[in-house]
Amino acid sequence: MRWGVLQFPGSCDERDALHACGLSGEARLVWHEERDLGGVDAVVIPGGFSYGDYLRAGAIARFSPAMEAVAELAADGGPVLGICNGFQVLCEAGLLPGALLLNDELRFVCRQVELVDDAGERLSIPVKHGEGRYWAPQTMLDEIEAQGQVAFRYAPGQNPNGSARDIAGVRNEAGNVLGLMPHPEHAVDPLTGSTDGLRVFEAIAAARV
Amino acid sequence: MSAPAASSPHRELGLTDPEFELICEQLGRQPNRVELAMFSLLWSEHCAYKHSRKLLRRLPTEGERVVMGPGENAGAVDVGGGYAVAFKVESHNHPSAVEPFEGAATGVGGILRDVFALGARPIAILDSLRFGELGSVRSRHLLDGAVRGIGHYGNSIGVPTVGGEIYFEAPYEHNCLVNAMCVGLARQGDMVRAAAAGVGNAVVLIGASTGRDGIGGASVLASAELGEGDEAKRPTVQIGDPFEESKLLECCLEMLERGLLVSLQDLGAAGLTSSAGEMASAGGVGIDVDVTRVPLREADMEPFEIMVSESQERMLAVVEPERVPEVLAVCEKWQTGAAEVGAVTDSGRVRVLRGAETVGDVPVGALVDGCPLYDLAPTEPEGWIYGNEEVLAERVASAAGPGANPSDPAAILLALLASPSVASKRWAFEQYDSVVGSRTARRPESADAAVLAIPEAGGAIAVSIDGNGRRVACDPYAGTVEAVLECAQNLACAGAEPLGLTNCLNFGNPEKPAPAWQLDRAVAGLADACEALGVPVVGGNVSLYNEGPEGPIYPTPVVAMVGELPDPGGAAPSGFAGEGDAIAMLGPFAPSLPGSELSKLRGELDIGLPGPEVGAVAAACATVREAVRAGVLASAHDVSDGGLACALAEAAIGGGIGCRVDVQPLRDRGCSPEETLFGEGSGGFVVSGEREGLESLADDGIAVLVLGEVGGEAIEIAAGEGSVELPLAEAERAWRSLHALVESV
Repeated sequence: MRWGVLQFPGSCDERDALHACGLSGEARLVWHEERDLGGVDAVVIPGGFSYGDYLRAGAIARFSPAMEAVAELAADGGPVLGICNGFQVLCEAGLLPGALLLNDELRFVCRQVELVDDAGERLSIPVKHGEGRYWAPQTMLDEIEAQGQVAFRYAPGQNPNGSARDIAGVRNEAGNVLGLMPHPEHAVDPLTGSTDGLRVFEAIAAARV
Repeated sequence: MSAPAASSPHRELGLTDPEFELICEQLGRQPNRVELAMFSLLWSEHCAYKHSRKLLRRLPTEGERVVMGPGENAGAVDVGGGYAVAFKVESHNHPSAVEPFEGAATGVGGILRDVFALGARPIAILDSLRFGELGSVRSRHLLDGAVRGIGHYGNSIGVPTVGGEIYFEAPYEHNCLVNAMCVGLARQGDMVRAAAAGVGNAVVLIGASTGRDGIGGASVLASAELGEGDEAKRPTVQIGDPFEESKLLECCLEMLERGLLVSLQDLGAAGLTSSAGEMASAGGVGIDVDVTRVPLREADMEPFEIMVSESQERMLAVVEPERVPEVLAVCEKWQTGAAEVGAVTDSGRVRVLRGAETVGDVPVGALVDGCPLYDLAPTEPEGWIYGNEEVLAERVASAAGPGANPSDPAAILLALLASPSVASKRWAFEQYDSVVGSRTARRPESADAAVLAIPEAGGAIAVSIDGNGRRVACDPYAGTVEAVLECAQNLACAGAEPLGLTNCLNFGNPEKPAPAWQLDRAVAGLADACEALGVPVVGGNVSLYNEGPEGPIYPTPVVAMVGELPDPGGAAPSGFAGEGDAIAMLGPFAPSLPGSELSKLRGELDIGLPGPEVGAVAAACATVREAVRAGVLASAHDVSDGGLACALAEAAIGGGIGCRVDVQPLRDRGCSPEETLFGEGSGGFVVSGEREGLESLADDGIAVLVLGEVGGEAIEIAAGEGSVELPLAEAERAWRSLHALVESV
């Protein structure tokens, strides 16, 4: 498994994502100006504030050369994982449904939260964002729920940002593009909190290898 | 020379008449407008430390592990494996009092640049904040703005904010304090100093363009008392852009890693003038700067504005001429600005050029080191110079219900836990990214110190920042010693041994006798405590003139320590860990009420503190440190604000489990029930673990009093006639009440 982790000016968690990917394969950084992903099997779009998130979170990054390559990889069925700002970029790029709005309390929040995946398994993973409130029109929410596109929800009482229907992460219809606000790359070592995030990376690696 | 006119420009810029005359003497003529602007900034209190430099010579600065000491952009200590940890604290008080969001944000931005200027990657931010009481709309506004500003900058740049402290006291009402700390990690081989060298080398300005923001920030704003008309000073506050800084940071670290730079310095207070002047001074050379080559935000800026602008996110580098193209290429890659603006000369002067025309020409020595240093004229005030207000009854009613009795110890405990200075600061620290970087082994409030893994050096560091201004106001010497000891105690709870200390001295107007006396005594306490603990002072910052219309702030020396520990996973949590564990009070704790949170709520503050036994506290720290490392302690928490009862409650809330203790053994030290429960002082640790293990710690000659055990769902403290029994949930509700208090309108 060869992972590529995008690096934009303003990325924050790219080294952490690189480390996490390295635990389930090889991993390298992909500079935002690279139009060629260099043969990686899967891509992580990491957290941070790509290009300063001027205008709107993720709104500029979607136009980067590397994102054109990511769109092609996704169209070919390649796995793409967007974390936090990466989730915002994927929504802006139209590769995932919905949008991420300002948190309902209008404050940045950093907190360990409980998630439930679509198999009903619990994961303890930190969130840290100011614009993480998942939103989509009611009909779209009904649709993505019906099609099994909701990958993660915040456990009851754990929704940190007012996300619609407690949604923390969604995938595309084909199932190969996943975006989530919580940071699995910050949950890969018991020393720094939990190891539940490993399951997210391992699941992607297992589906591919 | 004729006497300067009453409305002379130098006075408006903050220079005294004798200082102006000295400048004329050193130049052999009157300074022109550019030169006067440059001198007024570099001869300001903020840049020249003219009222504190003599005092600071008392501090011990030598130590085996010191890599860089005072005088560099930041101090640094050796952490092994060829790595060094750089750290520094700096104030951004006056900008934050005028415009809290940008003031605090640029405070963080500035301290980050100080650290990466050395070639160290920032790995942690901490902050120490002081505001007036939360009942005031102004204080809530300043708190909200400062916390948002710190979060905005730190979160956006990807450096975790891992710790800090906040106190609320009336004397900070007008003049809040915002002290930001940055910790960085560097390979020692990649570190650079800030000295310009190599005549003929290029001087390159890197980063953001230069605008009219922050003009006169260091002199007009930072080196004068706040008062009427502060609104008009808003344009002197800088505006931060963390995205620019993020690119600048990566760009500078890449250039340093590739060995492209001779030296590097950030542009902080006084902008180009101070960075060029200080680099030239440190290297014993001169520097020419051509203002027409400086990228500007506004085309019509005057040379003096360009030289003193405090526009953020800029660095000045000295580069060998043949390396300039490579430097410009790295800047291009990171989409950050870069311009060759001048050259290193052998003139010993800072020359300001506008194309071919010389518009300023001053000797480096006069500019950087020529400012007269002043002796203080300290006079001990005759009594308590700050206010007192009885609020206990009201606080008890609010925390324990309208019918509660303000002399009932359980009700007092609830009021203390709900007191904003004691209460959980979760509302603030959840607004900060504390995990980015994957080093944070102990998040805020889980241990007494922040713990960061340093796998590069095979271990970890612990960091703490402390300083209770109220106790320093009661006794500047003893209060400052206590601040240093509290820092050491916090590190001990994490199992860490101190490597170095930095500080930020926040005081009132040094030209007035009482603040001068406070400063003098505090520095003596700082020096003696560091000497006794064997901890070198590797850097510091001084912020004076912190006064409002009602007078000076509490004297607030904020001290921060970095220590090392072998295993990041071995740091003890603050909270109790297991049902049935024994609880002991360890150390030479002699609680008393003067200066305590309870005295404050009763409106009984007065001068005088008993003063700690430094040697005994240091020995207790060593015992706790070794016990944590040996795994003897399941939890360790120092006793500070609110006394033993609050420390027990915090350990219980942190662990989610109650406790049953009898404090009689401590009463045997001659304390009343109330002193035992709520008295404060240095040298106390609440520890838990197996009873035999705890008792064996007394073999070191350290006092170990087993008080009870962990268990149940209540905090039960038997203290003779003053016993407490409080459901854990009720204590937690009080301790977590800050959120509601801040968000209420």
